Parts: sequence; structure tokens; C-alpha cells
Amino acid sequence: MVTNITSFGRSGLSDWLMQRASAVIMALYTVFIVAFLLFNPNLDYYAWSGLFNQTWMRIFSLLAFIALAAHAWVGLWTVTTDYLKSTRLRVGAQSVIILGIFVYLVWGIQILWGA
Amino acid sequence: MSNLQVSIYRYNPETDSAPYMQEFQVDTKGRDVMVLDVLHMMKEQDSALAFRRSCREGVCGSDGMNMNGKNGLACITPLSDVVKNNKLTLRPLPGLPVIRDMVVDMGLFYKQYERIQPYLKNDTPAPAIERLQSPEERDKLDGLYECILCACCSTACPSFWWNPEKFVGPAGLLQSYRFLADSRDTATSERLSDLEDPFSVFRCRGIMNCVAVCPKGLNPTRAIGKIREMLLAEAT
Repeated sequence: MVTNITSFGRSGLSDWLMQRASAVIMALYTVFIVAFLLFNPNLDYYAWSGLFNQTWMRIFSLLAFIALAAHAWVGLWTVTTDYLKSTRLRVGAQSVIILGIFVYLVWGIQILWGA
Repeated sequence: MSNLQVSIYRYNPETDSAPYMQEFQVDTKGRDVMVLDVLHMMKEQDSALAFRRSCREGVCGSDGMNMNGKNGLACITPLSDVVKNNKLTLRPLPGLPVIRDMVVDMGLFYKQYERIQPYLKNDTPAPAIERLQSPEERDKLDGLYECILCACCSTACPSFWWNPEKFVGPAGLLQSYRFLADSRDTATSERLSDLEDPFSVFRCRGIMNCVAVCPKGLNPTRAIGKIREMLLAEAT
């Protein structure tokens, strides 16, 4: 039995499902943002902050941020277990990555609700 | 007609401190022979050259090797398929430890094959004659049972290069699905629970190198997708 303790969901199946689900959420978010920018060629601060003042947009954005965090954790965990063979180096890199993801996520929430 | 330029990987751990590439000139008399025939012509020039072969017709899976950068069976690969600019570079299967010249240690490959328990497991009493299958049930095994375990696919897979102790590899997973799909096998749940960790199946990133090199034209990526579907169905 192959075990792991630093992967996102502790199971390959849940990590795989999470990576696919988060990819769909990020794709939808990207399409929405690109479409919004295309349909608002003369975008100003008021229109942009007006968009992010709406609750549904904050929920959608937070969902995309969480999806990005989960996606990055699963993906980068995979990269570290492929290429970093020294345990010390691998655990160190994984810690930095997880910490970084956490910081970005909290920062993102602060930006969403702080404006 | 100029001679074929062959560059081949040589390594004898008893005499060489490091592997090196040796150049050979082989006169194929203009014929489009198989790569294995060229190896035999080279062995006439240097009898110390070591490589595996047995059936010489793509059934035994002994002579899997890397020919001009692509894995395949030397015995069923004509020169016209691989030779570019009259040059042929032969290397052992990538990622496995070299024992000598083209001969690799297949230990890790077989260990992963053993791990998926490649035999029927059935806990119901054996019938008087045999366990029957309908033609439809038997059809599910097509494209799976034909694997000859030549290791061309697994040694073309970067996921297997980086984690050969943990990732089962395309060959092992194709066989794993062969028993998961078999109507006579009753150990499906037990087999699946051994595969749900992040490495055994899920280290596959779907790059399909395995499909590109399989000399038998099999599709391990599809089998891996089916295993994922079964795992998902069982766990949700």
C-alpha cells in the first residue's frame, strides 16, 4: 500500500476529482472575466468595483480562488513528488508551497471584502 | 548503397567505468531488414555485444529497445520505419538499470506487475467443468489480454521513470483492468482499494506515450481511464 500525508486529500481519487472540478470552475471564471472585459471596452474604476461589490461576484471569485488553491496544491505536490528525491528538500518545498497558497488565499479574501 | 551507420549503447560494468556509444557500419545489402537483423549483423562484428531476443516475431517481448528515440520491438520494426539519414541509434529501454549493453534489469517492472495480482480471484465454489462467460463478457477482455509485457510502454512513461516503486505503470495498469473487467473475478473491490492512492493509478497524467509506442497497438490510457471510472463509481 502506497501512503502519503502531504497530498491535498490524502487520496489519489479525491485529489484527481478535486483537480478536475477546480479546473472547470477556473475555466468558467476565466471565460466570465474575459467576456466582461470584452463587453466593457471603456471600463472604469466604478464599473469594476461595482462588479466586485455584488455578493454573487464575491462568492464566484472566492470559489475561483479556493479552486485555484486546491488545484495548485494538487499539481505542485505532484511535481515535488516527481522531481525532488531528497526527503528534506521535498518536505521543505511542500511546506513553502502550502504556506504560499494559504497566504495568497487569505490575501485574496481580504481584497474581495476589504475594498 | 552506403553502409548503415549504427550507434549503439555499450556498457559492461566489469570493464567499463561508464557507458559509451559505439559506432558500427552495417552492410544491409540495400534490403529493408528488421532492426533485430541489424543487431545480429553487429554481433558478427563484435560477439561481446549483448541483447535479448527469443521468438524474433513480436510474440515473446524480449527485444524491446529504444530505436532512434522511440521504444519498440526490434524484431518487428523494419529499418524503413526508424532510420533517418541512414543513421540508427540504439539504446536500452529508458529508465531501467542496465545490466549490460542492451540488457536491462526488469525487476521493478515485474514487481509492479506482481502487485496488481495478475490472476483470477474468485471466492465462489468452482463449478464442475469451467466458469462460463457470455460472448459480451469475453469481448471486454479484447485489447487487454494481448499484452506481452515487453515494457516498451512503461519505460516510455515519465511518471514511471520518476516513481517506478509507486506508480504501477501503463503495462501493469492495463493488466489490472484486464482482471477488473473480467466477469469471473470477484475481487473487484479489493483490487480497487489497492489503487486509490495518489501514485498507483493517479500518477498517470494522460500524456499517452504508452499508446504511441505499444508494438501490439494496445491502449493503456483507455484502461487507466476505465479504472478511474470504476474507482469513482465505487467511492461516490
